[in-house]
Amino acid sequence: MRGPHDVGGLDSGPIDLAEYSLTFWELQIDAIRAVIGSKGIVSTHENRRTIEQFGHEIYDTLSYYERWTAALQRQMVDKGILTQDEIDKKVAQLRIRFQETGDLEGP
Amino acid sequence: MDSFGHDHSHDHPHQSDDKIHAYYQILGQALKELLIEKGIVSASEIQYAMERREATTPANGAKVVARAWLDSEYRKRLFMDANSAAAEFGIELPTTHLVALENTPKIHNVVVCTLCSCYPRDLLGLPPAWYKSKAYRSRVVCEPREVLKEFGTLLPDDVEVRVHDSTADLRYLVVPMRPDDTDDLGEDALRSLITRDTMIGVALAGRTI
Amino acid sequence: MTVSVKFNPGDQVVVRGDYPIGHFRTPVYVRGHLGVVVRYLGHFENPEPLAYCLQTDLLALFKVRFRQVDLWHEYKGSTADTIDLDLYENWLERG
Repeated sequence: MRGPHDVGGLDSGPIDLAEYSLTFWELQIDAIRAVIGSKGIVSTHENRRTIEQFGHEIYDTLSYYERWTAALQRQMVDKGILTQDEIDKKVAQLRIRFQETGDLEGP
Repeated sequence: MDSFGHDHSHDHPHQSDDKIHAYYQILGQALKELLIEKGIVSASEIQYAMERREATTPANGAKVVARAWLDSEYRKRLFMDANSAAAEFGIELPTTHLVALENTPKIHNVVVCTLCSCYPRDLLGLPPAWYKSKAYRSRVVCEPREVLKEFGTLLPDDVEVRVHDSTADLRYLVVPMRPDDTDDLGEDALRSLITRDTMIGVALAGRTI
Repeated sequence: MTVSVKFNPGDQVVVRGDYPIGHFRTPVYVRGHLGVVVRYLGHFENPEPLAYCLQTDLLALFKVRFRQVDLWHEYKGSTADTIDLDLYENWLERG
């Protein structure tokens, strides 16, 4: 009876000690999460709860900052701040922008 | 782990994962643009938060620890009230309760957050990938000596290993022991011996690293 | 403000062996185990309702120390090795 996040004491392999610098988008998600938190829109507790509710497959498939991104999407829709339709349309636009310019950030 | 920070310790078809990872990168950008367009957050707020993150490094923690090595009054203040002791270096922790853990010849402290990734960010910056990994979080609580060995840290049997699982609102900074052969070193030189890993507790401070 | 603090340093406590569904900051690996209160850490907002945007009272938080050999049958280190967790009063019973 463990949530996917509650891993203390489970069997696991060796620890990958390689150092990774965060990519721009990972750092950006960390920053967005902090701004959203500091404005009282989504607390840290709520953010943890959202991620813990993903279930094992999603929790284990997504990377750390992908989980944060997924949580932000879920929370913004649940709170009525964004609609899923708006998000889907923006994603479609960005896919085209990325194909045309090779860059996610606009001109 | 790869450059996305994935743990590949699970079984699932990897060819579809690339599409998933590509989607989330686009989703992140989409959320950012929508939240800015709606005035929920501003581009400058995000920019400022990113710059603050890049500017916060383990050098902060090293300042605190080096002073604790040199100044016994500061050391007392640090173990009594770490927030105030950090503030003496301009390191403000408005929302965090910081606790300093003293390594001694008899007790070695090591820090983890098994449930998420709690970390003394204001002192050490963002946590390394391994600190957030399932492997570290699952194993350091039940086999800390084996985990420390993987970091090249061997401790005698008569040293008590004390793991700290950061399960609530407190954040932990390990104060490593000062190496014996460092009487000739000034504060700046001492700081260079105090690495991130020594302040998480997976490494010992040493003169030759 | 007067606050109740149920445990003192040195008190033996047992972590509740419960498995409810929700947001809890008490890892499964310590549930049902015996530990010793090291310190009262103050009163904090209860993360369990906060995670669901519900109102919360303040709860006492304690640093509780466990012996590694009590938590893991096959623990390979020293019998003196310990692990500390910060646990809220609602998860602790007198041991």
